[in-house]
Amino acid sequence: MTERLLAGPPLDAGPESYAAHRTRLGPLPGDSGRGEVIQAIAQAGLLGRGGASFPVARKWSTVAERAGGRAVVLANGAEGEPLGAKDRVLMRSRPHLVIDGALLAAGAVGAERIVLYIGEEHVAAHAAITRALTERAAANRSAGAPGIELIAAPATYVAGEESAAVHYVNAGDARPTTVPPRPFERGVDGRATLVQNVESLAYAALIARMGPAWYLEAGRAETGGTTLVTIAGAPKSGVLEVELGTTIAELAAQAGVMYHVGSPVLLGGYFGTWVAGEAAWNTPLDPVALRRAGASLGAGIVAFLDPGECGVRVTARTLDYSAGQSAAQCGPCVFGLRAIADAAARIADLGSHQEDLVRISAWSRLIAGRGACHHPDGAAGLLQSAMRVFDRDFAAHQHHRQCVARQAGGRAA
Amino acid sequence: MPGRGWGMSDEAFAIDRIRCDGYGSCAELLPEMIALDDWGYPILRPGAVPEALLPLARMAVDTCPVLALRLVDAPRATIVDDAPRAASGSRTGRPARGRR
Repeated sequence: MTERLLAGPPLDAGPESYAAHRTRLGPLPGDSGRGEVIQAIAQAGLLGRGGASFPVARKWSTVAERAGGRAVVLANGAEGEPLGAKDRVLMRSRPHLVIDGALLAAGAVGAERIVLYIGEEHVAAHAAITRALTERAAANRSAGAPGIELIAAPATYVAGEESAAVHYVNAGDARPTTVPPRPFERGVDGRATLVQNVESLAYAALIARMGPAWYLEAGRAETGGTTLVTIAGAPKSGVLEVELGTTIAELAAQAGVMYHVGSPVLLGGYFGTWVAGEAAWNTPLDPVALRRAGASLGAGIVAFLDPGECGVRVTARTLDYSAGQSAAQCGPCVFGLRAIADAAARIADLGSHQEDLVRISAWSRLIAGRGACHHPDGAAGLLQSAMRVFDRDFAAHQHHRQCVARQAGGRAA
Repeated sequence: MPGRGWGMSDEAFAIDRIRCDGYGSCAELLPEMIALDDWGYPILRPGAVPEALLPLARMAVDTCPVLALRLVDAPRATIVDDAPRAASGSRTGRPARGRR
């Protein structure tokens, strides 16, 4: 464990106050020039933590170039992912680090409006951020500082998708829009908009203070630095901050997981990839290494499968959720995801039609890439990985036999 | 089989998935380029439209009841996310031929 964002008072001590935050970390460096901030983040190689691992500095410089000083910063703390918790934990315990990051980004891209877009269900995060904004207003209301507003994001999966976030702020409709134009081209108020996950912003606020070399002291594989992860399905589930390149095996040890090495793990959450096998457990959790292995950490989720659970049933439940969370705009997502989820449920319940297994495999390839957003792609990818990792269980279910669930573990993904 | 011995235009289909309601008239006009999935929604053949099919492609665009189908610069239509966008940037910004 390498605590940086989470350094400071214990997480259960409530939100860190503005006074404590400033005493511990010092002030956010002033206007040292936009270029310098972006350059420091580029040198740190910071990748976005909302799920796509897009280089943060690149995003900032693109918005800065287009905005002409009239950009908008949308700090994304919607965190609709059912298995995720790292953003809400960060916001409720270190609200000032998130706000620092949003202010830093606003200075760097030339924004005069900041929106903190936080999932309405994250009640403690809302309370912490509201209090933090009040503390700041009392401490240093300086003329010319960008206005910061807090907007509650609807508690849906797609509300955090960046075009949906912009759509909600503009029109009160948290459904994705057709892109282009992308938010960095035309977003909130029709302006170039930086949509950035709150963890990414908080790391930027630390890198601006400590420098890229400090950030890069951590990191064991190709990508330097640290990351928040949410561990699920473990005796000690919860949010940890770890070096990039930490392995699943190490996280399992930290989280008290006693399942056998190589047992199935869902990386990246409901948008993610099932992996299994010893090799997978020893793969560094590093965006580059994972991409090579056909996986991704997504928004930092590592979910272990309880040995009592059947991978087919868990997958069917996940797909049912994803189908229910479609924004109901694009045909392949509305009808395709629902058809896949229904067939997967029949398979899980040992009542499948003869063609169901073949169908869900074909349909998952058919719907990918055919929505306005990537919602169907995420569900399709998850299903394809589940059919690899739980192949024998799917086959057993299809033949209406109880599955061999727990024998699925030790095989390579 | 499109492509075989045919010159390629520099235009490609792009579809607004939110607007598309699965009328299917595009696939009826141009099965060489557009198929329908099990629910009646179009599956586009990737890449540029062959020159010889452009008149039919334009008709498909014009007759889409919900105006969900467009012809765009060929490279633009194949972009799937931010990363390749930068790489293909040198070819965008060129005025499209024909429509638009």
